[in-house]
Amino acid sequence: MTATATQAPSTEPVGPVEQVKGPRQRRTLRSRWLGVWSALVYIWLFAPIVVVVAFSFNDPAGKFNTSWNQFTLDNWLHPFAKADYTAALVVSLKVAAVSCVIATILGGLMALAISRYEFRGKGLVNIVLVLPLTTPEIVMGSSLFTLFFARDLDFGFTTVVIAHILFCLSFVALTIQARVRGFDWSLEDAALDLGSTPWRTFRTVTFPLILPGIGAAFLLSFALSIDDYIITSFVAGDHTTTFPMRIFNANKTEIPPQVNVIATAILVFTGSLMALGTWRSLKRAKL
Amino acid sequence: MAGENSLRKGRRAPYGLLSPGMLWLILFFLVPMWTLLRIALSTKPNAFLPEYEFTWEWSNFSDAVSRFQPELVRSFSYAAAATILCIAIGYPLAYYLAFKAGKYRSVLLAMVMVPFFISFLIRTIAWQTILGQEGPALWFMETFRLVTITDAIGLTSSGAFLNTPQAVILGLTYNFVPFMILPIYVSLEKIDPGLISAGQDLYSAPRQAFRKIVLPLSLPGVFAGTLLTFIPSAGDYINAELLGNVKTSMIGSQISKLFLKESNYPEAAALSFIFMAIITIGVLVYAKLLGTDELSA
Repeated sequence: MTATATQAPSTEPVGPVEQVKGPRQRRTLRSRWLGVWSALVYIWLFAPIVVVVAFSFNDPAGKFNTSWNQFTLDNWLHPFAKADYTAALVVSLKVAAVSCVIATILGGLMALAISRYEFRGKGLVNIVLVLPLTTPEIVMGSSLFTLFFARDLDFGFTTVVIAHILFCLSFVALTIQARVRGFDWSLEDAALDLGSTPWRTFRTVTFPLILPGIGAAFLLSFALSIDDYIITSFVAGDHTTTFPMRIFNANKTEIPPQVNVIATAILVFTGSLMALGTWRSLKRAKL
Repeated sequence: MAGENSLRKGRRAPYGLLSPGMLWLILFFLVPMWTLLRIALSTKPNAFLPEYEFTWEWSNFSDAVSRFQPELVRSFSYAAAATILCIAIGYPLAYYLAFKAGKYRSVLLAMVMVPFFISFLIRTIAWQTILGQEGPALWFMETFRLVTITDAIGLTSSGAFLNTPQAVILGLTYNFVPFMILPIYVSLEKIDPGLISAGQDLYSAPRQAFRKIVLPLSLPGVFAGTLLTFIPSAGDYINAELLGNVKTSMIGSQISKLFLKESNYPEAAALSFIFMAIITIGVLVYAKLLGTDELSA
């Protein structure tokens, strides 16, 4: 890898710069090595995904869908056959919907304040915002557990939502902040100068410009929320079970193929959303 | 009136926008840390009542350390191994993406994120399947009679992948490697190509040009990536529970067990606090080391 720095890093072909034959051959060998390595890494990254998708078509011999038995479409025809998994999925979706909307609003307002204004205490706000990201989930989970315990709160849906908003908040604020960096705020002044009201300016100038950032932040926090196990397990109590909790708790007794079906469906859904986004931005770039 | 009245002016506006979010962070992040510390210094006077008394009980900390020292050491060494593997695997890929991928760059970059579309737990269960006794990895090794070799180099333990430290480290590496690739890619992508060609003119050996230009400029990415992989791996216990056995148990499972099963809150809180303190000190030392490195380079 070290030697590859020789080749021009631009995407254009290097051209007839090199006259000596020896080093050139060595270079192509080395850059090929880099390509082979990257290909291997991609195979490794995708191996478990291939397994998850393939095993959604498996008819497992026992309770564990971990060794290949027989091809079947049965799981796909009955994706919600396991009632407790479906119920847990519904809980997860509800938690994610509620907490992501709140986290996006709170985080979006924070991002707006930080990127648009200069004010005293900005550095401190930034530190408090980054701290949750550098705190291990286990510590965040256990600290929330002690708080809810000390305040004698009922563990359940509400405490889970509180926790999910908390760990999504920093991600939302930082994502939106990164997206609006370099945004020309004088556009707002122009609108105001032309007689627009502040609210109308926000609605017609500011909001459309920060909307892609808000969308990205919402999707990111949705993914984080629906996937979280460690923090949730601390604050969920005995009667609220999210999808990841259901899978983890049952892991020693069963792994039904419906889990793979749901995972594959989510993969296809988010994958196509992402492909659509990439395609649209490519199209826009060409126009 | 509108002319002099910019939306960016106004003293109180930023505080108004910040206050709901900040309130959330204070109430549910800073205050809980304080309660965690208080419980870590408390005693439980009656074993049968869920009541705690704040008594500056420092012995909770020393008890937790002496009781869970193996798990603490194990967590940090697994996380360190996984982080090093993430750099070794991720740096070349990030380099390829930044400088060699050409027109496929955005597609390949998006592909790094694809594993995230499958739940963390389900990905890890998929590794259980791959590495298990009837899985493809072991079948491959046995068909090509490689088991003795993999045993010798420590990839397997007496012919099995699963329930070994290696499997846990592999799981951690897999689950967190995108967090290493992306920041390194971002820092490499920022490098001005002109700098590299200037470097090629100045240093004859390509190796030297890499070491003196590309590597130092990519260190912030490596630093961010290390934090993003080391901290969650050290605290994670899903990989240890699903891919390991009793002997690979990490600190996260112990904290969770103490809180949720044994209801030993003071010791659990103390352990949680010690874990966070070690991480914080480690991060500061690491920042200092890497910072001075950058200056001298």
